[in-house]
Amino acid sequence: MLVTIKYFGMLAELTNCNEETIVFSGSYISELLEVLFQKHNSLKDKPFQVAQNNELVPLGTKLISQEIVLLPPFSGG
Amino acid sequence: MDRYQRHIVLSEIGQKGQDKLSHSKVLVVGAGGLGCPVLQYLAAAGVGTIGIIDFDSVEKSNLQRQILFGTSSIEKNKAIEAKRRLVDLNDTITIIAYPERLTYQNAIQLFNQYDIIVDGTDNFETRYLINDACVITNRPLVFAAIYKFQGQVAVFNYNNGPTYRCAFPNKPIGNTVPNCSEVGVLGVLPGIIGTMQANEVLKIILEIGTVLSGKLLCYDALTYQTTVLNIKKSEHDIQKVLLAKENFNQQELNEYCRVEIREVSIKDILKKGNIQFIDVRETNEHPKIKELMVTEIPLSIFEQHIDKISTNKEKALFCHSGIRTKTAISILNKHHIHDCYSIKEGATEIVSYIKELQKEESNE
Repeated sequence: MLVTIKYFGMLAELTNCNEETIVFSGSYISELLEVLFQKHNSLKDKPFQVAQNNELVPLGTKLISQEIVLLPPFSGG
Repeated sequence: MDRYQRHIVLSEIGQKGQDKLSHSKVLVVGAGGLGCPVLQYLAAAGVGTIGIIDFDSVEKSNLQRQILFGTSSIEKNKAIEAKRRLVDLNDTITIIAYPERLTYQNAIQLFNQYDIIVDGTDNFETRYLINDACVITNRPLVFAAIYKFQGQVAVFNYNNGPTYRCAFPNKPIGNTVPNCSEVGVLGVLPGIIGTMQANEVLKIILEIGTVLSGKLLCYDALTYQTTVLNIKKSEHDIQKVLLAKENFNQQELNEYCRVEIREVSIKDILKKGNIQFIDVRETNEHPKIKELMVTEIPLSIFEQHIDKISTNKEKALFCHSGIRTKTAISILNKHHIHDCYSIKEGATEIVSYIKELQKEESNE
């Protein structure tokens, strides 16, 4: 299926895009991340959380939405 | 009172609401980009007691966004300078300045004296400390953090709601997330985000509207795109904090302390010979220390430039406040480089110490 991934904060700079749509055939968010890490190696060691249907979810969650958000923590103040 | 007339005429607030404000006590941690607008609006609104804790001093590069300060504040302590401005804004409230660092040793006792805690800090070390102390003292935490043109706002630990650790369970390690001085920030961004924090504080006190609890609001100043994400409560992460409660005040602010970091004052390190001084701040940060031979290796590219580290000299590292220095030393330790010191003082203090020293020498 087609999945749109939105990148927030520094992740948008690492991937050079605010969002992208990819074809994905797996079923878990962790699998989707493996695909994304292959595409964007620099994402690998960065801290971030994943949101699906506007809710932060653990990586072992089944992918049910066609849009997910990758959200890094911000430290600035 | 004339001062609060525009509040009092609002049926949602009234004299009753205004009295709630004047009986409230709010502690703002960090009087920087976020802290300044929060403090300004809370003081103007008549929050009865406002505490400000910040160890740092004002730099010229802060004035672009830290709106409580002027040129006359430069090199003075932020908590004290913020108080000076706020007393002029509203002399009918109590403002307490704590010109010190928030630590595992003072946090619990301090938080116990306030009803609401506001996080306006600029580093993960202190953010996790604030979250855990709020969980232990059962205080609501009005959180915000910024990056370049984007901000995050949330209210944690409110009426048994989720905490910061429920959203971000693990503290990022080392230098995986850059801060404002490394990457820059749009001046107005902390103004917008800090004002949202002040709004949440007022809503909590006044018991009006819907508090941003269990949600993380993400805002992009370039597109006006606002995304509100739901956060599930993680009992596991909350219990972990509560179980470690007894040992809370024995923790050290910087985890890297465990890799044994030798701290030294600039006074003592100058007495030693054969030292390589290393500035780990980003290249755009000031003041530069021209009086010493300094190797500049910004933390953001530190690991790639390990080859610039001297193999036959002891190393003395410094930055702005001492936090990045410790990260850099932990990186060096990882590469089995151990003969390093962290200079206790920040660059501004080092420059004034050297100038002081030169003045004394020329008088002799």
